[in-house]
Amino acid sequence: MTDHTEELHVVTVDVNGVRRTASVEARKLLVHLLRDDLGLTGTHVGCDTSQCGACTVDIDGQAVKSCTVLAVMTSGSSITTIEGLARGGGALHPVQAAFHEHHALQCGFCTPGMIMSVRQMLGQNPNPTESEIRHGLAGNICRCTGYNNIVRAVQSLASEAPRHD
Amino acid sequence: MTDTTAIRYVGQSLRRREDFKFVTGKGRYSDDIKAPGMLHIAVLRSPHAHAIIKHVDLTVAKAAPGVRLALSGTDLAGKIGSIVPNWIIPGTKVPDRPVVAIDRVRFVGECVALVVAETQAMAHDAIGLIDVDYETLPSVVDEEAAIRDGAPQLHDNVPNNITTIYKIGGGDYGKAAREADQVITLRVANNRLIPTCMETRSILAEPNVDGSLTVYLQSQVPHMHRRWIADTVGISEHQLRIVAPDIGGGFGAKMHLYPEELLCPYLARLLGVPVKWWESRSESHQSTNHGRAHTEALEIAFRNDGKVLGLKVETLGNVGAYLSNMASGGPTVNTINFGTGAYKIEHYEARSRVVVTNTVPVDAYRGYGRPEGAYIAERAIDAVARHLNLDQVEVRRLNFIQPADFPYRPYSGPATIYDSGNYEGCLVKAMEAFNYDFRSAERDQLRAKGRYRGIGVAAYTHMCGMAPSRRLSLIGFNRGGWESARVSVDSSGRVTIFSGSMSQGHGHVTSLAQIAADVLQIPIEDIDVVQGDTRQVQAGHGTFNSRSMAVGGSGVHVSSTRVVAKAKKIAAGMLEVDEADVSYQAGKFSVPGTDIASLKFGTVARMAHVGHQLPDGMEPGLDETVFYDPKGMGAPSGVHMAYVDVDPETGIVDILDYVAVDDAGTIINPLLAAGQIHGGVVQGIAQALYEEVSYDADTGQLMTGSLLDYAVPRAEHVPSIRSLFQETPSPTNPIGVKGIGESGSIAAPPCMVHAVLDALSPFGIKHLDMPMTPPRVWSAIQKARAGADR
Repeated sequence: MTDHTEELHVVTVDVNGVRRTASVEARKLLVHLLRDDLGLTGTHVGCDTSQCGACTVDIDGQAVKSCTVLAVMTSGSSITTIEGLARGGGALHPVQAAFHEHHALQCGFCTPGMIMSVRQMLGQNPNPTESEIRHGLAGNICRCTGYNNIVRAVQSLASEAPRHD
Repeated sequence: MTDTTAIRYVGQSLRRREDFKFVTGKGRYSDDIKAPGMLHIAVLRSPHAHAIIKHVDLTVAKAAPGVRLALSGTDLAGKIGSIVPNWIIPGTKVPDRPVVAIDRVRFVGECVALVVAETQAMAHDAIGLIDVDYETLPSVVDEEAAIRDGAPQLHDNVPNNITTIYKIGGGDYGKAAREADQVITLRVANNRLIPTCMETRSILAEPNVDGSLTVYLQSQVPHMHRRWIADTVGISEHQLRIVAPDIGGGFGAKMHLYPEELLCPYLARLLGVPVKWWESRSESHQSTNHGRAHTEALEIAFRNDGKVLGLKVETLGNVGAYLSNMASGGPTVNTINFGTGAYKIEHYEARSRVVVTNTVPVDAYRGYGRPEGAYIAERAIDAVARHLNLDQVEVRRLNFIQPADFPYRPYSGPATIYDSGNYEGCLVKAMEAFNYDFRSAERDQLRAKGRYRGIGVAAYTHMCGMAPSRRLSLIGFNRGGWESARVSVDSSGRVTIFSGSMSQGHGHVTSLAQIAADVLQIPIEDIDVVQGDTRQVQAGHGTFNSRSMAVGGSGVHVSSTRVVAKAKKIAAGMLEVDEADVSYQAGKFSVPGTDIASLKFGTVARMAHVGHQLPDGMEPGLDETVFYDPKGMGAPSGVHMAYVDVDPETGIVDILDYVAVDDAGTIINPLLAAGQIHGGVVQGIAQALYEEVSYDADTGQLMTGSLLDYAVPRAEHVPSIRSLFQETPSPTNPIGVKGIGESGSIAAPPCMVHAVLDALSPFGIKHLDMPMTPPRVWSAIQKARAGADR
């Protein structure tokens, strides 16, 4: 019979500006490192096929589904999770504030991943059209809002007057 | 005596008070909760649709690293009760459902064995080491196939796989059919769906030192879960504390009793340590209940002017391998009672048969039966309009129940009463918002140029908040129709509402506080809302059937009113005046027309707590609880319209516009109500265009086993939804509300089907089944073209 006791590997990452170290099995996914070892439960697991986007975080400036990355692969990286956007009890990040203002969340489970994806989308395209927004959200599933008010929230953050498709 | 300075919250689009925790990642969902020393369960599931379990060998799994316990169904037999439905239509044959299968499995995904281990990964590693010897049996997954002669039989006590036969109707359909100008038949189907809450199920059961047990559970119905778990596991209800934390969506899927909800409490007690189970998404597809899965045969008798005289319905509801919690009620009472929809169809004859098959159990999913019922009525009306080549709006107008008809008993039946409504008002509002005349002309012009645009219309009504309690026993629904609401005022005048309703994203912390703030006339910031902990909220029924505002909100209104009434008595004593002379406005008790100084609400609350100066015979405290049992049910209604463009070369349906006009009575918070419509409509569009659970007919294997195969729509697959309201207050409750949560998923499927059929009418296509995927639409066009060429 095989020995299921796995060798542990030390991972050191910068998470939300704090240096964190953990010993993990090689098979552990980043999302589980964040949730189970580092106690950052704002990053959620909504599927097991990298479809839903609830686990989206920022790794070195890139929005990534944290279920697609092994924890050991991220050693040395700088990671921002939803907990890192409004740091120190300060004001909400503009995307967080827009979600609240436009009722872009109901159950809230997809929300952290949505916000992380929107943050990246607006960084790349500050003035998206509605269809660009909808296409940009293709990696994140929401079951409550019908996406309607998520689109409205993103539109409210556009840098200029609405561009039409 | 109107005080224009009085606070009025109801009707305002307040932003949600609960949002901050969710947008900052501080929501607390059940999988976020950990207990020291907790062990993890993994469940081995049947790979076969139908098989005899000959032997389960746990030897190797038991020896695997970190494994504390491994059990089969045989090990659990007699130690834990069977799963019993909560709604049993009279005459139903209830098959036995052990928590873990003992000698036979009946669907892919059924629990066969389990492992308890130190980590989740160890538990999952170990279930791969369990050896089960199966003898496979023929299976059946389709409801029509299941009732044919010679079909595989699932349960010895359910002959022909039919658990329930239910009939309803009124008038004389046969007479209507004889007197009608025409009679047509139509077969319609409601595709099987997976509710797909973004948070999968998970459970943590934690034993307490006093012998009680705390169970963290995503429950829409915490107090019902307390009762069911207590009854099945053999724990006293008072020793069981259910805590429903933040819930990542429910949609009906989290209001039933599942095997894992019994295994965790049982094992936590057995082992004396906390025990947790978490469901992966792929596991969820084969272990959490599915929705819909109906077929209906319709016979429609009508006059040549479009007036429908009679309707005959034959429903088959596929409920999967066992009767889940409410399964015998969905395809019966909840469906065919509503088969005449928003229309006066006086002669109605309907029968529903509830059928077991080798599939995941089917139970409530957003609307439960009412979408299927509305689909019957709407597809029938639309078929008449299409058959007679009459305008779809005019045929609806001709058949609508009229405002003067309310309260209206459809087909003079025994069970259903629509309390109020104004369908013509909704229709006109929808036509104006949609720009119906312009769009119709545009569609016709483009059609001449070879473009296929279509307009869909659907009207609906249904009933929300099953009540009153005394009537529920008549249909075998083993619970009450009331809701508890406690309004507790502290000694400074701040208020906590303890509500038996249970938000899963609905925003009750905002909406229930809006209702209370108007009655109490204090700032909403002074009001908190507590739900979801059976140790804090003493009793309740929870959130389903669009009942939270109509029943739970009405309860809050009644308790708040009683608080003000008591406070007024106390204030009169303090002011040394007659109670009748005391006025309460904007948080102050005063005596109009005098120079007596007014008293603040908080001052009176303090007096209630210290009890120094209370009227003779009055108990101290300012704390009122009501078990609010409605006298009747509200009937929401509405008209939806969709505008689509169908590409005949690809079969792709592009939704250009969607307008929803809904009448849910008084709207507490328009922003939140519109959010409910947006989400419901998109779930309905998903049913109409994208989603369908697929089973292999030969092997009974689930083909849509993950989110890679099951097509939940993304943002780019759906349009913006324009949501408008008409408010016809319900006379059945003190705040005039009906229900809103299910309306979108009821109206959208027929609305979308009608839009696509309208677009394809030049091809002579009169019917399409859902989901109207590109291959299905393209094939229908190809077939029609081939027929035209012949």
